Amino acid sequence: MKHTLAVLVENKPGVLTHISALISRRAFNIESIAAGYTEEPDTTRITIVVEGNEMEQEQVVNQLSKLVDVIKISDLTAVESIQRELALIKVKATVHTRSDIINIVEIFRASIVDVNRETMVIELSGDGTKIDALCQVLEEDHGIIEIVRTGKIALSRGPIPAKDQ
Amino acid sequence: MEMTGAEAIIESLKNEEVDVVFGYPGGAVLTLYDALYKVDFKHILAKHEQGSVHAADGYARATGKVGVVIATSGPGATNLVTGIATAYMDSIPLVAITGQVAVPLIGRDSFQEADMRGITTPITKHNYLVKKVEDLPAVLKEAFYIARTGRPGPVVVDIAKDVFAALIDYHYPKEVKLRGYQPLYEGDMETIEKVFLELSVARKPLIFVGGGVNLSDSSEALKVLIEQTGFPVISTLMGLGSIAFDHPQYLGMVGMHGTYAANMATTECDLMLGIGVRFDDRVTGVLSEFAPKAKIIHFDIDPAEINKNVIAHLRVLGDMKWSIPALSGRVQDVSDELKEHVRAWTDRIRLWQQEKPLTYKQGTEFVMPQAVVEKVNQLTQGDAVIVTDVGQHQMWVAMYYGFKNPRSFLTSGGLGTMGYGLPAALGAQCGLPDRNVVLFVGDGGIMMNCQELATAADYNFPVKILILNNQSLGMVAQWQRMFYGGRCSHTNLKGGHTDFVKLAEAMGVRGLRVTKPADLSSMLEEAWATPGPVVVDIQIPDTMDVWPMVPSGARLDQMMFGGGDE
Repeated sequence: MKHTLAVLVENKPGVLTHISALISRRAFNIESIAAGYTEEPDTTRITIVVEGNEMEQEQVVNQLSKLVDVIKISDLTAVESIQRELALIKVKATVHTRSDIINIVEIFRASIVDVNRETMVIELSGDGTKIDALCQVLEEDHGIIEIVRTGKIALSRGPIPAKDQ
Repeated sequence: MEMTGAEAIIESLKNEEVDVVFGYPGGAVLTLYDALYKVDFKHILAKHEQGSVHAADGYARATGKVGVVIATSGPGATNLVTGIATAYMDSIPLVAITGQVAVPLIGRDSFQEADMRGITTPITKHNYLVKKVEDLPAVLKEAFYIARTGRPGPVVVDIAKDVFAALIDYHYPKEVKLRGYQPLYEGDMETIEKVFLELSVARKPLIFVGGGVNLSDSSEALKVLIEQTGFPVISTLMGLGSIAFDHPQYLGMVGMHGTYAANMATTECDLMLGIGVRFDDRVTGVLSEFAPKAKIIHFDIDPAEINKNVIAHLRVLGDMKWSIPALSGRVQDVSDELKEHVRAWTDRIRLWQQEKPLTYKQGTEFVMPQAVVEKVNQLTQGDAVIVTDVGQHQMWVAMYYGFKNPRSFLTSGGLGTMGYGLPAALGAQCGLPDRNVVLFVGDGGIMMNCQELATAADYNFPVKILILNNQSLGMVAQWQRMFYGGRCSHTNLKGGHTDFVKLAEAMGVRGLRVTKPADLSSMLEEAWATPGPVVVDIQIPDTMDVWPMVPSGARLDQMMFGGGDE
């Protein structure tokens, strides 16, 4: 089963080294990891998606919690939450194929953020499966040149922030 | 008060009540060594950085204080790696201060530059790179606090060269503020109540103690609990000494080279109280078959140990200084009842003990290693600080020495570091100058840090160094004999030209040799009568195996026996 963890850490140099080294050393199965600043300048929030059974999942949380710079971990799988990932997709596009691509983009409620004579860049945010579906259509019908994805970020619904959960 | 970064480090060491540091100078720490020189701070110069770090580790294990080691950047710091990993695996409090190249040179592959933060991340409890002198006091305060509190462990403080010389208005913080680190000392009494209920219905309970009892200095409290319950007790390698060897409820060590009674009791018990243990693979045998009939109650200060290897039926989080007395407070009124419950179980265990006690061949023409350990036990009355290296001799010591006191058995249990023993023994002797410190070491392991014989002589540390010399890398050879068709690939050291007596003498240590049983007592007595360090090269048979043994991947009750009189 997949778990989405919100990990609040000190915004200090070396924190990401500690987290990535731990994941590697303990051979945890991590699907994605995304980090960024938060409403508090000295705190960084990392969203980690981890695959594993209950015992493995408990180990991930316990071992990460042991890191001195990890302030708090909350499992967003257990609560109602909004989960999103952002993708930028550069697809082959000629004068003849542009309109079909625009149709596909509209169906997926994505947007076009760059166009030139040979390519288009499409921006889509949503859950991973939606991004996968768009990529599949674009790849098969038009050909993808490159993709960049952020990995999942997640936020609980309701008034209680992760740090107080 | 204005001072340099180097002076600030020394002030901080004093504030942490550090009375000795182990180390080795070099380019990046010149300013720090200059400051040590000016105040004549007590410093032990080993002959190799690896020697320094193992010595700091031995000091920490023997005294319970934080060991401090200093090394220069690059190779000096990387030479600490094995020692830091050794301390990490056994949860030993260390602070390693390493020099780093100056801030403008970091990241440019400068002379003697190595990324110590990156290198030591997986083997430290925490680590720091200090690039600004104003961060230094808080970092050192945190480093000592993190090393010694909660589950102890090593902390690396890597300091850029220019920080040592920079000026700072020094104030040592009184408190540590760490949002992400609050060690848990007291758990909840509700759990203790649940444990009590399990205890009161158990008929085949077993108390299983580990290094956590030694580390938390809880052996007195443990003794109370054991005697209140009447439950039998087994120990891990790291738990030895936390309960007296001759305690009537003690069954010995469990695991790969555990006693028959301890391993059978583990297999048959219906309740196991694991106290300060981490269910290492050398203890459990095949994990799925470990204590198959038992509910397991796991006591630990580290929540990440729970359910890591075995699933715990109940978890008791917190310091054993809290949890053991809390449980004994609950059981004291029903002590007689509990003892009555385990009468049949205790009788069963007695039979196992009588059926297959530890034995070895008597009356041979060779000096038997077990006999050496027993002889040293008589000489020291179980009261010495015993240090070992890693291998067969380590297991013979664990089986045959009668440990009476906690913190009296120093060994690299988790990492299994050959070369650990000699420097660790020197560190222990440095911390406990009035205690009798004895090192057992193999002829393989002594060569891994034999340069520290010179340190023993130069500081006149009166360690008795007993080389159990089988002219072989014995433990590996044993596995080759058992599992690799007797092909002793590169483990036979016969024909080697090293004379350990001469080696010792060359470095200023007295050397003695024992070749036959008749000389053993007199030579050991002579070693003990000699002031200062002594090496005794004891020739033992070359193809002896450690028995009993549970082969890797087998169940604990699938023990192999051999070597005895039968």
